Amino acid sequence: MAANTEKPISLDTFLIGLWRENPVFVMLLGMCPVLAVTNSVVNALAMGLATTFVLLCSTALVALLRRHIPKEVRIASYIVIIATFVTVVDYLIHAISLEIYQALGAFIQLIVANCMILGRAEAFASRNRVSTTLVNSLGMGVGFTIALLCLGSVRELLGAGTLLGIPVFGEGFEPWVIMLLPPGGFFVLGAWLLLFAWVKERQLKQKTAGAGEAGVHAR
Amino acid sequence: MHADSLTYIFLNAAIINNFVLALFLGICPLLGVSGKISTAFSMGLATAFVMLISSVSAWLINEFLLHFNLEFLRLIAYIAVIASAVQLVEMTIKKFSPPLYRALGIFLPLITTNCAILGVALFQTNYEYSFSQSLVYSLGAGAGFIIAIVLMAGLREKLELADVPAIARGAAMSLMLAGILSLAFMGFAGLGGGTA
Repeated sequence: MAANTEKPISLDTFLIGLWRENPVFVMLLGMCPVLAVTNSVVNALAMGLATTFVLLCSTALVALLRRHIPKEVRIASYIVIIATFVTVVDYLIHAISLEIYQALGAFIQLIVANCMILGRAEAFASRNRVSTTLVNSLGMGVGFTIALLCLGSVRELLGAGTLLGIPVFGEGFEPWVIMLLPPGGFFVLGAWLLLFAWVKERQLKQKTAGAGEAGVHAR
Repeated sequence: MHADSLTYIFLNAAIINNFVLALFLGICPLLGVSGKISTAFSMGLATAFVMLISSVSAWLINEFLLHFNLEFLRLIAYIAVIASAVQLVEMTIKKFSPPLYRALGIFLPLITTNCAILGVALFQTNYEYSFSQSLVYSLGAGAGFIIAIVLMAGLREKLELADVPAIARGAAMSLMLAGILSLAFMGFAGLGGGTA
């Protein structure tokens, strides 16, 4: 890879993953764990941290080896690197908390198939220095974890009436069980996307109204 | 129906615990390639084919690894097999149908990171299925994936004619649709469960 494609580290390298290119809400990557394990805050947090760990380690290794991996077999090499770290995380979670391990089930191993990680390895780590890659991956990982928490908290709050296992509503609250079931995941993520689209459109409208060129952006 | 019978395994993978709508595996192609029914069906077929190959290979690999006590290599071996199977399918499609190859675009190599395929391999290992059971399980999972993605494409084709508010266009609307489909599939939840 040519040296001139390497970007310098800036605050933006970190922040881009949090909001502007948020892997879940903007890029729609890694949807499977996002929907599958976010029925409680604890599961969402565990999944977010595990994914962040794999993302950090594997993109750092890819960045380190970027001059040595032949172009033809790069995807296969990335996948093997990712699979190695996922195996590490799998055994790690098994050792730390059996309860979380059982709650997440096969989805820990399925981190391998999270397109976000492969996407970052291919799009960023393969053409940037290790330090830059680490900062960028950390941003992406935090952005991913925040997105998981956004879903997990809403689903746990409405589906079980608790937050982190602590009851929030009074005795009279009837849990919306549907939120814990698969359709709830689709609906809550859809609702978040709707909210963001609405906020964006409002910002756009205010901007165009302020510049006095309303109607230019009208669809 | 008995829980170990081949019919039950097939129905379970295809409908009751549909891979896409109940287990959330393979959401990316569901949102990405479900614009047209024909493309969606081809994508479903390609995915189902890769599923079948990788399920059979995964079963053989697992026997091999268990024999030598190398379980910790399971994940790496599985993903390597899946990546090669995808490469095979990609070359076949490119040779025999260039238009289809262009229509599927980036989503073809991305079958590698379709969690549904790795999911089949991992679940059949977890359930300790025999060879014939694994085969039927992967066929069922493939059928379930085709059903889900074609239904979704059909809904989205109809939606083209509807007047959707600007903010709901795209991913948000697709997710709501998937939610409703998933709600409908929950109706199958009791099927065969009571007698098992």
